[in-house]
Amino acid sequence: MPDWKKVRDDFPALHQQVNGKPLVYLDNAATTQRPRIVIDALSRFYERDNANVHRGLHALSMRATDAFEGARARVAKFINAAAPEEIIFTRGTTESINLVANTWAVANLKKGDVILLTEMEHHSNLVPWQLAAQRTGAQLRYLPVTGDEGLLDLSQLDRVLTPEVKLFAFTHMSNTLGTINPAAELCARAKKVGAVTVIDGAQSIGHMPVDVRALGCDFYAFSGHKMGASTGIGALYGRRALLDAMPPYQGGGGMITNVEFFESRWKPSPERFEAGTPNFADAVTLGLACDYLDGLGRAEIARHDGQLAQLAYEKLSTLPGIRLLGPKSGRGGLVSFAFNEVHAHDIVTFADEDGIALRGGHHCNQPLMRKLGLTGTTRASFYVYNTEAEIDALVASLRRILKFFSGN
Amino acid sequence: MSDLSDLYQQVILDHNRRPRNRGKLPTANRVAHGDNPTCGDQCNVYLRVDGDKIAEISFDGSGCAISQASASLMTTQLKGRTAPEAQKLYDEFHHIVTTGEAPEEISDLAAFAGVHAFPARIKCATLGWHAALNALKGDAAPATTESHND
Repeated sequence: MPDWKKVRDDFPALHQQVNGKPLVYLDNAATTQRPRIVIDALSRFYERDNANVHRGLHALSMRATDAFEGARARVAKFINAAAPEEIIFTRGTTESINLVANTWAVANLKKGDVILLTEMEHHSNLVPWQLAAQRTGAQLRYLPVTGDEGLLDLSQLDRVLTPEVKLFAFTHMSNTLGTINPAAELCARAKKVGAVTVIDGAQSIGHMPVDVRALGCDFYAFSGHKMGASTGIGALYGRRALLDAMPPYQGGGGMITNVEFFESRWKPSPERFEAGTPNFADAVTLGLACDYLDGLGRAEIARHDGQLAQLAYEKLSTLPGIRLLGPKSGRGGLVSFAFNEVHAHDIVTFADEDGIALRGGHHCNQPLMRKLGLTGTTRASFYVYNTEAEIDALVASLRRILKFFSGN
Repeated sequence: MSDLSDLYQQVILDHNRRPRNRGKLPTANRVAHGDNPTCGDQCNVYLRVDGDKIAEISFDGSGCAISQASASLMTTQLKGRTAPEAQKLYDEFHHIVTTGEAPEEISDLAAFAGVHAFPARIKCATLGWHAALNALKGDAAPATTESHND
């Protein structure tokens, strides 16, 4: 088992004071901090190996290309893809999902088809499908969520997952509820009706073992910055057979085999979907983040984050008037809550005064918030470097805030 | 907590706990909706305009203490005012929340001077005002904090 206390030493940003208090960083679902090996690797790449990738015949370009394609192979291994060609580098989860919506969906969906989503989707796994539906005439349909406990209502799955469903997109782990969805089961059920599956892996990728072939999904989208890598890099996994049949995403250099004045031919995946100079330097950090997380062990990370979230859930439940969202047990590494008397933004402002970084608001889940009769929640989200003492600091800070607003 | 005590003045906490003129106004002849898409705060402002004056005013919606207290306090300040007077009052309020400078004669609105130290919260303080000014203009389009510089 990793020495979790020593893990904190790997993350320089943690060792600072905010408003005179030691930083307690509990906003990891928004973005994690980066380990020093990632920060150093980025400098080292720019200092030694920086040159544009592909087609380069000089030393630096060859080194940069090796590092970039090495990162692709590392990411493929990280999620157990069948080949590196199944990994397309993108800016992050949002672009990965938009890529599928703008290529596979536009090429394959038509009027009468249904795109199935769930009620707990982040706007990034909702708005792209609204746009795709508008372009293709397909309709949206939703698998309901069971109130505050925040589970997918699987008793409704047969009703909504009909043969008209051509695509089923759902989140692996909810960024608001902390729910971990039964992704393999959902993919298997979708396969029975012939629906293509898209998993939003933004919250799961850095927090638990992910094996796309065991999950049985067709696409899996994720971001590097939620797993310790740089911002601006992420990936889309796609099953090779689907990628080969998809039209390009953007046009430009690097994605063609031949260009004439009036027509062009495309390279296969991944180049077909990576027009222009790719974000090679940040891609290198994504490969290193995979190494770092595997060094700790992703099953260990899942256990660590889950235990912290469970502890937070139990300690927070002692606060008067708190409304806790998400499953009572088996949650991923976050807790989301609300109070009648104090709005989330007031809580976040006050907690910041205690050096505690939280997030408040609708968490890009507006339709879910409306369904639950909430305008927003406060969210504490955990990662490998968080501690039980930090949860105690959070609970103590919340007690002070509640006292302040109740006027006692 | 000094900045926070400046931000959450007693006047603000009081209006947050016991909002004035909260609820729909059955006699309203003008209404406007305000949205802060960044945080999801919402505010409806209802007016009964009689001649050139605001005869009655109320608000409802949801949001943080700053946005709710500001809308509440605003309703107490705008009743009986004409549209140009309301605009002038907003300009003064805007000056207070963006600079922290509050002339003494401005009374309770000065309680919001502490907001200037929290730039992310200025939009919370001005949400209700944007909706009210839109309602006065008879502008049916929702006010959104994103279309304004503050």
